[in-house]
Amino acid sequence: MEFLEFLAAHGADLLFYAFAALALAGGLGVVLLRNPMYGAMALLTSFLAVAALFFLRHAEFVAVVQIFVYGGGIMVLFLFVIMLVNLHRLPEPKRFLSQSPLALVVAGVMVVLLAIFLAQAALAPAATDLASFRTVEGRPLGNTQAVAWSLYRDYLLPFEIASVFLLIAMIGAVVLGRRQ
Amino acid sequence: MTVTTTHYLVVSLLLFGIGLAGILVRRNLITVLMSIELVLNSVNINLVAFSYHHGDLTGQIFSIFTITVAAGEAAVGLGILLAFFRLRETTRLDQATELSG
Repeated sequence: MEFLEFLAAHGADLLFYAFAALALAGGLGVVLLRNPMYGAMALLTSFLAVAALFFLRHAEFVAVVQIFVYGGGIMVLFLFVIMLVNLHRLPEPKRFLSQSPLALVVAGVMVVLLAIFLAQAALAPAATDLASFRTVEGRPLGNTQAVAWSLYRDYLLPFEIASVFLLIAMIGAVVLGRRQ
Repeated sequence: MTVTTTHYLVVSLLLFGIGLAGILVRRNLITVLMSIELVLNSVNINLVAFSYHHGDLTGQIFSIFTITVAAGEAAVGLGILLAFFRLRETTRLDQATELSG
């Protein structure tokens, strides 16, 4: 019984730690694994763990979009290209570029600077009212409706520009991928 | 210990660092593109965490746009990769020496 009470009180926190560890482990897998196919699977793990983190922060719609777009679309794109390119089974002699030590120093300095910034940042007290996440003009609807309401009313122009951007990206990818 | 926004920011920071290291260190262009996706994902964690922190939906809307841009970036990046592969029969970045003086 004690265990169940502990779970009820701290279940969300335990889920956060589990999925955060999974996301970071997936990221490390992408960077360290030799075979790009294994790297893609590690990337998928990371995408899904990040989607779980979105669920834990009550961003249900974004979490599902993350699973569909990243876990579905982008992942399939990567797998197709890996299979197209790896037909020759090219030997992979070295994983890392010769500039690696210097690059790791640069990345490490960047992370340390951001960590110092984060440690010094004085965050405003967290909001306790999440009504705007799931209400539309006072009516209690879901997160999807709230996002849609905001997207189609307040952010209609960026939304349309995003669709034009996707069209341009699609044409660009088709032109680049076409055989000469 | 209750999970706060800072916890999410730390996860985002670490994922950003891993992705940045992958971009700079790896020899294979496919893996570099995957590391860029990791960096964009870490930014999304930040946006969603602050959206929750302020009780404001705008962060979630912005992360949807980030996902859109990431999808376009992946499509164009992989198109460039395929074009490079046709040219050089490899995806190794240190083989891209056409512009080296």
